[in-house]
Amino acid sequence: MKVLRTPHMERCIGCYSCSLACARSVYKSLSWKRAGIQIRSSGGISTGFEAGVCLACDPAPCAAACPTDALRQRKGGGVIFREKLCINCGECAKACPVDAIYFDPEWSTPVLCIHCGRCVSFCPHDCLEMMDVSKEKKNAE
Amino acid sequence: MRNRFKVMVVDLSREKSTVEYFDTRNTWLGGSGLSAGLFSHYALMDEDPFHPDQPLILAIGPLTGYFPLMSKTVLGFMSPYNGQYAESHAGGRSALALKFAGYDALVLKGRARKLICVGLGSKEVHVQDVHFLKGMDIFKTGKKMRTMKPRNPGHRSILRIGPAGENLVRYSCINVDTYRHFGRMGGGTVMGIKNIKGIILSGDSHMDLDPELRKEYTKVYDEIYTQVVQSGTMRKYHDLGTPENLIPLNELHALPWRNLQSTHDPGVEAISGETFARDLLLRQVACAGCPVGCIHIGLLRERFGKEHEYLYRQVSYDYEPIFGVGSMLGVASGPGVLTLLEDVEKLGLDAISAGVALAWATEALEKGLITKDQTLAPLEFGNVQAYQEGLRHIAEQPNKFYQTLAMGTMVAAEKFGGEDFACVLGQEMAGYATGENYYVSQALGLRHSHLDTGAYSFDQEKDSKDTGEAISFMQDQEDYRVLMCSMVGCLFARKVYPKNNLLKALNSVGYSFNEHELDAVVKNIKAHRWALKFRTGFKPEEVKIPSRYLEVQTWKGKADPDYMNRLKKEYAQVLREMAENWQKEMEAEK
Repeated sequence: MKVLRTPHMERCIGCYSCSLACARSVYKSLSWKRAGIQIRSSGGISTGFEAGVCLACDPAPCAAACPTDALRQRKGGGVIFREKLCINCGECAKACPVDAIYFDPEWSTPVLCIHCGRCVSFCPHDCLEMMDVSKEKKNAE
Repeated sequence: MRNRFKVMVVDLSREKSTVEYFDTRNTWLGGSGLSAGLFSHYALMDEDPFHPDQPLILAIGPLTGYFPLMSKTVLGFMSPYNGQYAESHAGGRSALALKFAGYDALVLKGRARKLICVGLGSKEVHVQDVHFLKGMDIFKTGKKMRTMKPRNPGHRSILRIGPAGENLVRYSCINVDTYRHFGRMGGGTVMGIKNIKGIILSGDSHMDLDPELRKEYTKVYDEIYTQVVQSGTMRKYHDLGTPENLIPLNELHALPWRNLQSTHDPGVEAISGETFARDLLLRQVACAGCPVGCIHIGLLRERFGKEHEYLYRQVSYDYEPIFGVGSMLGVASGPGVLTLLEDVEKLGLDAISAGVALAWATEALEKGLITKDQTLAPLEFGNVQAYQEGLRHIAEQPNKFYQTLAMGTMVAAEKFGGEDFACVLGQEMAGYATGENYYVSQALGLRHSHLDTGAYSFDQEKDSKDTGEAISFMQDQEDYRVLMCSMVGCLFARKVYPKNNLLKALNSVGYSFNEHELDAVVKNIKAHRWALKFRTGFKPEEVKIPSRYLEVQTWKGKADPDYMNRLKKEYAQVLREMAENWQKEMEAEK
């Protein structure tokens, strides 16, 4: 199972093409915020950019916090969201330790990375990669 | 697609804001067209630019955020530099931030009693007292503004002015997100007049994509995106960036050096795009929504102590600023150029106008028309330290000389002498000594910019002296550029967006133009802009082209005064007729 990683953010030029691609293709929106990957500068553009994105926790604290199983653990890390089960409580966004869930104020549902990889090809500087979790674990060992 | 333009109008005198709607999407389009429409609606045509109720307009377009490189914002205002309707364009995050704040335009009118900062988001508008930022430079101001409302780090745009804007230097810029600018014609001065130190645009809302259009839109997006990143047409903008033009223009004998006393100098190597990239380039960044990344940031390492104590600065550079404070001032050193650009940034000056103003002052001092008692700094070509002092004096205006120079180079030349070598073509020249077509185009251009018609490339491509052919080139270019600047696209993307691509893009987001209809809309916007420029005092017949332009040698030899005068006369006639016909049509419609 692959997950989205951001290994080369030091190459990021701040074009937001990844966020816009996610908003467009996953969330059917034109938006900076309604996207599973959020590009931020910390203290102005002169300090470079960072990506706010799901780190594919396993177990995922957001899934644990979800009272209705609308967020369930995804195999290999991250979560799967089922809108029908969501009661719009927002507990998931509060539980995320890295602030990677945007709780959409209009939809009252979580906007998060589903590790589909559709943003990757839109990055002009190869900052993003889909990585195999099992290989990642082996490398770490 | 919403049918009406949604515009936030902030009245600074009353500290009240209103949302207004205009049902003119198919006639004003956006950007340049929207700005002209709003200016017609809000401006006081018979008052001067210092009247508090003159509007300052920020406008985006129908393709903003929807497509790559649709990343620019148009600023519309009555220019304090010449009293006429003016436009200036900038990128950064401004366009997407305004789009995602949910507005097509922001109009600021009135004058605040104290120095203020305006904050705009989808559900908020603030007029915040920032008297404590008075006199603060661009970088410190930006840092302080990050703590202000709306708070939306990474998804907002921070616009601000420096001391030059507060002190009403007529060529003050508005800094956008540290590295971009509404540079020309005094947009920063208008903020100074209104007591606006900064503007924060927060892109905190969303647009749902129309399910019926989504498939087609995504298809068109993917096609255009692929062209941008794979066709190679945009590579040069990312690689060396615009400074790649320094060596070719120098070789052509078309790069202005030392107040245009020369068009060629062997010293160009030291300030070439290649040298900057090899020795000084730190990294590139992009405007939001553009995968190209043409913003080149140079690293300036500076020793400040006797021991090994260093600080570093990150300074953006481009062709025009390198011309302005480099070749034009005889500064043939990369670090020297970055040092001056850093000061230009901090003070909030337009780099081109400030450089050209000091270049004129240097020659006037050499010729004895002015004295060191007036310039205070020992201005001489190549002297970086003296120019640092000069820049500060322009912003602070400690004496009558600098008070005059802060009004514009030609104003100073009219008072102190040296009009023949004041390098002003409507405003201080951009870096193209390419020939008669360019000189006339900038002198009479709507924005007095090299971007109005791109006539510098006509000079390079054609050697004819056919005024009809030249005017036809300039008019065709202007048609396209008005369309592009109404979308609002970056003019670097001209090859990616030929007219049929723009048409395809527009129709994929819900418009239904055919080519003929779109042409008619563009013609109308173009004429409307000219009508505004004439209405606010433009007299092309009175615009001077100083004799320096006739003395200087380019690769073609000297300029031909007869051809230049004929072209200027005929072009002025074309522009005047266009403006008058538009005015008549409007009156007939009423």
